[in-house]
Amino acid sequence: MAGRTLYDKLWDSHLVKQNSDGSSLIYIDRHVIHEVTSPQAFEGLRIAGRKPWRLDTNIATPDHNISTDKTERDAGVAGMSDEVSRIQVQTLDDNCDLYGIKEFKINEMGQGIVHVMGPELGATMPGMTVVCGDSHTATHGALACLAHGIGTSEVEHVLATQCLVAKKMKNMRVTVEGTLGVGVTPKDVVLAIIGQIGTAGGNEHAIEFAGSVFRDMSIEGRMTVCNMAIEAGARVGMVAVDDKTIDYCEGRQFVPRGEMFDQAVSYWRSLTTDSDAVFDTEVVLVAEEIAPQVTWGTSPEMVSAVTASVPTLEQQPNEEKRKGLERALEYMGLEGGQAIDSIAVDRVFIGSCTNSRIEDMRAAAAVAKGRKVASSVKQVLIVPGSQMVKAQAEAEGLDKIFTEAGMDWREPGCSMCLAMNADKLGAGEHCASTSNRNFEGRQGNGGRTHLMSPAMAAAAAVAGHIVDVRSFEGGAE
Amino acid sequence: MKAFTTHRGLVGPMDRANVDTDMIIPKQFLKSIKRSGFGPNLFDELRYMDEGQPGADCSNRPINPDFPLNQARFKGASILLARKNFGCGSSREHAPWALEDYGFNAVIAPSYADIFYNNCFKNGLLPVILTEEQVDILFAQMDAEQGYELSIDLQAQTVTTDSGHVFSFELDQFRKDCLLKGLDEIGLTLQEADAIKAYETNRAQQHPWVFGAIK
Repeated sequence: MAGRTLYDKLWDSHLVKQNSDGSSLIYIDRHVIHEVTSPQAFEGLRIAGRKPWRLDTNIATPDHNISTDKTERDAGVAGMSDEVSRIQVQTLDDNCDLYGIKEFKINEMGQGIVHVMGPELGATMPGMTVVCGDSHTATHGALACLAHGIGTSEVEHVLATQCLVAKKMKNMRVTVEGTLGVGVTPKDVVLAIIGQIGTAGGNEHAIEFAGSVFRDMSIEGRMTVCNMAIEAGARVGMVAVDDKTIDYCEGRQFVPRGEMFDQAVSYWRSLTTDSDAVFDTEVVLVAEEIAPQVTWGTSPEMVSAVTASVPTLEQQPNEEKRKGLERALEYMGLEGGQAIDSIAVDRVFIGSCTNSRIEDMRAAAAVAKGRKVASSVKQVLIVPGSQMVKAQAEAEGLDKIFTEAGMDWREPGCSMCLAMNADKLGAGEHCASTSNRNFEGRQGNGGRTHLMSPAMAAAAAVAGHIVDVRSFEGGAE
Repeated sequence: MKAFTTHRGLVGPMDRANVDTDMIIPKQFLKSIKRSGFGPNLFDELRYMDEGQPGADCSNRPINPDFPLNQARFKGASILLARKNFGCGSSREHAPWALEDYGFNAVIAPSYADIFYNNCFKNGLLPVILTEEQVDILFAQMDAEQGYELSIDLQAQTVTTDSGHVFSFELDQFRKDCLLKGLDEIGLTLQEADAIKAYETNRAQQHPWVFGAIK
């Protein structure tokens, strides 16, 4: 028998039933819940007279639509100024209270962006199936989990049955060998991958990220990479277990201790792809060829090295793609051929489930330290991914570095990544953003998003325009 | 769930690739805790000239005359003709809810993003996959003919034009059965309760750390 991939192993170990029609019933170990995609699911449960199948599988927190402004946050749920949002967060609290689901409430230690919270609390552990009504759930795959986003009907399905009806995906391996250059980060690696395979390149696939670049990468870096698998079309992104995975998990709140931890570790060690396993699709990139990346268009695949220029219509032979390019350039207010580092930025956003962990905060602070935000930049939002990240950053004095540079240090939440709260771009404004989507209107109606790494975003804040962080002393560590 | 068997209806266009779910239903409308009422805000940023607000009446908002679905000839469209990778991005089920609430019963495109495709089936909305060439033919016919209609037969897995084209499409048997009969998937899964419990018992012995930690 041919060897199995990591995905094959995770799939096999969660198979409850294989049906004759090709569909399967898959068991879900961890269900992460937030305020936006759950209310209709809880309502569905009630209407059908059903109850959650299991309680100790669920973990909830508000993140998507809460304010990041300290004054408003201090006033709690009752003090939320947007009444529609307040009702939604209150509904999450009410549903969790009613059913007895563990929730980290709005200002409680532990609260944070769902995909920051799960791993940092140890609610996510290797070998688990993890789902959440959010497409960036693939983040958890950095810990060798089978993790993916689901819709609200499936949130209800998991609540009621602890299972999902699923069809096995194809296996894709993205291998990046070599050593990343100075100033080149996990964000640059994943943007380069998306640039190569396209925004639909991973459709119907589960991606395993392999090669020396990911072995050398921290767990937080792997989370940044897996997080954006969906931006390449793949619901699932994963990295195999190694010593770093186990070191990361040890001692976290929900991770077992003592003998049970040792028992878990011996199983976790098996969560790697067999050497003779075969992938349906293989993609290879070379680390040394990856420069800091910046998106210039309205899809994450519209990305280039910071040293490049915005593509011209003449360079695009495919008619459909040319139409897309023309529309993107018009929306972004850019000219083909324009140098990417000539693009001025109005606002900067450092945060999101992609880049709001402590290493991201440190990378941004290393650039901001002793520098000032350019006078042309209206606002720089630094939004830590969780209460724990915020506390750690403050213990390290990073908040002071940011505020002394003229940046806003905020409360944890999704913030301007999707702009459901008050943090948003005005029409026509360019934003250097560490988030994951540069879609039209994503960060505010008419807003223009440029995705990049935390260090690059901090450098843009200081320079007032997109700039190669490698030209900043101390910035490219 | 609403069943889908056959449908004949007016075709409306969304002629661009990689239409994301932010475009289908912008984030401000996700604050609603309801499943219905998203239709007036479908494609909100493309459809109107101003910025939409949740709960606001859309009947007097300035509409974008250049947006095809605003044109009189597409009024009442119930089949959306789209391009590849339709529904990419966010997992929000509000996207199929908005399409369904607007009046669409089916979408035809060369490909879909995985989560959106899956979400459609939970809401009686049929996402039909045809080849790029077939979709090109349908776009050309629609452009040339006012009141252009198509017939979709889920049992037969066909899209039929009045000009005589019959295009077959593929989909999973399980999804087809659920949609044809309007089955409650949760109810179906709960029929497997014994198998789920047996799995849990076995798993709790092998991987006890997966259970009980979160209280």
